[in-house]
Amino acid sequence: MQKRLVIDSQLLNITIDRLCQQLIENHNNFEDSVILGLQPRGVFLAERITQKLKKLLKKEINLGYLDVTFYRDDFRKKDTPLIANETKVPFLVEDKKVILVDDVLYTGRSVRAAMDAMIAFGRPKKVELLVLVDRKYSRDLPIQPNYRGIDVNCLESEKVWVELKEQGLENDNIWLITKNKT
Amino acid sequence: MQQLSVKHLLGIKDLTAEDIHLIFETADNFKQVINRPIKKVPSLRDITIANVFFENSTRTRLSFELAEKRLSADVINFSSSSSSVKKGETLLDTVNNILAMKVDMIVMRHSSVGSPHFLAKHVKCKIVNAGDGTHEHPTQALLDAFSIREKLGDVAGKKVCIFGDILHSRVALSNIFALQKLGAQVMVCGPKTLLPTYIQELGVKIELNLRKALEWCDVANVLRIQLERQTIKYFPSLREYSLYYGINKTLLDSLKKEIVIMHPGPINRGVEITSDVADSKHSIILNQVENGVAIRMAVLYLLAGASNN
Repeated sequence: MQKRLVIDSQLLNITIDRLCQQLIENHNNFEDSVILGLQPRGVFLAERITQKLKKLLKKEINLGYLDVTFYRDDFRKKDTPLIANETKVPFLVEDKKVILVDDVLYTGRSVRAAMDAMIAFGRPKKVELLVLVDRKYSRDLPIQPNYRGIDVNCLESEKVWVELKEQGLENDNIWLITKNKT
Repeated sequence: MQQLSVKHLLGIKDLTAEDIHLIFETADNFKQVINRPIKKVPSLRDITIANVFFENSTRTRLSFELAEKRLSADVINFSSSSSSVKKGETLLDTVNNILAMKVDMIVMRHSSVGSPHFLAKHVKCKIVNAGDGTHEHPTQALLDAFSIREKLGDVAGKKVCIFGDILHSRVALSNIFALQKLGAQVMVCGPKTLLPTYIQELGVKIELNLRKALEWCDVANVLRIQLERQTIKYFPSLREYSLYYGINKTLLDSLKKEIVIMHPGPINRGVEITSDVADSKHSIILNQVENGVAIRMAVLYLLAGASNN
C-alpha cells in the first residue's frame, strides 16, 4: 500500500481561507444563505468554514448537519445496514440559498441523497455544492461542485483518505492511497 | 459496520445487549425524522411488508403500518377475521400464499406461542413478531426500554417493577428479558394467582404488596388485566383487584419520591390505574406510543438493510 499526501494542515488552512473568500464573493453577507454539512466529515469542514466566516463577517451563520443515510440509493445493496448519524437542521431552508459541504466528491450519489434529504426542510431558492476534494472523471451522476478545494485525478482502485483533527487526530492530512497489485 | 446478530425479530431472548443499543441509536434518528414537517424517508421503497394479524390489535398494527409507510415500504394488511383462515387454511399455507405475491417481510401477531419461530423455519422472508400468545412482544419491550432511557437517561441500574397480570402477559416476559439485558433490576408485583410459578427463575424480585413495590421502584410499568385470556377466575372481582392493585394519585403522592408510570395500553381506567394517574405528569404513556413508531422503524430498517445472502 502506498500513501501520498495531497493536503497537509497548512495547505488545508489556506484552502479553507480561499473557499471562504469565494463564498463571500457569491453570498455577500450571508443574509439568505445557510450551510449544511454532510455527515460525518463534511460536518467538520462545514464547522471550520462557518467559524472562519463568522470572524470575517462578524455575524452568526446558520449551520446544519445533514445525514443522508436513509436517502441513499445503495441501501440494501450492501451486506450490512448503513448506520445513521445525527441530522440537526434548526431552521427551514425555504427560500434560502443552501451551500452543501462535503469532504470528498466521488460518484455524486451522496450529494444526490443529500438533495433529497434537504428537501424535507423546505424548498430552497438555490443549492450549491462545496467540496474539499473533487475526484475528477469518476462521477456516476451529473453533479459538479460550485466550489472545490483541490482536484484529484485518481484511479477507481485508489482511495482518498481524509484525516481531520476533529476525529481526535493530531494533524489534518488528506492522503491518496494506492493498493499494491497482488 | 454494525448490524443485528439476528435475521428475524422473534423475541428479545435472541437479542444481545449490543443489538438493543443499535436499535435504540437507530430509533433516535427515526424519532427525529417523524418529528419533521416531512415525516418520510425513502429507505425501504423497494420493499413490501405484510402485516398479518391473527389476533386483534389497534395500537401495534397502526404503529407498524405507520412505521412501514414512513420508511416508504409498500404495505398490505391481513386480519384473520376476514380471511380464508376461517375456511380452514393452515398458517403455513396462508403465509406461503402471501409470499407468492412477492412480499419481503412479514409482521405477524398470532395467539399461538412460537408461531413466528415456526414460520421463520419454514419460509424465506424476514419475520417480525408482533406478539405471539402469552410468550413475547419484542417491539413493545424495546419501546418501553427506549422510553425509560429517554426519560431517565439510561436503563442500566434502574429499578423497574411490572404490575398486574404477569401470567398472561407477553409484554411482561419481553420486558423482563430486555430490561435485564440492559442492566436494570426487575420486580414483578401482582396477586399470586397472576404470577407464573417459574417466574423467580428469571432472576426477578417478587412482591405481593403494591405499596412496597412502588416504594422500591423508579419505574412502574402497569399491565392490563387480560380478561380475554382468562378462562377461569384468578381474583374475586375487578373491584377487589382495583382496591388491592389499582394505582391511584393518593398512593403516588404518599410516596417519598416521584416514579415514572408506564402502560402498554389499552388502559382499563379505574381498574389497574386511575385516570388522574394515567393523565398525570408522571405518566409517559403517550411517549411510549410515539416511541413505538420510531422503534418499529428502526427494527424494520435494520432487518431489511442486511442483504439476504
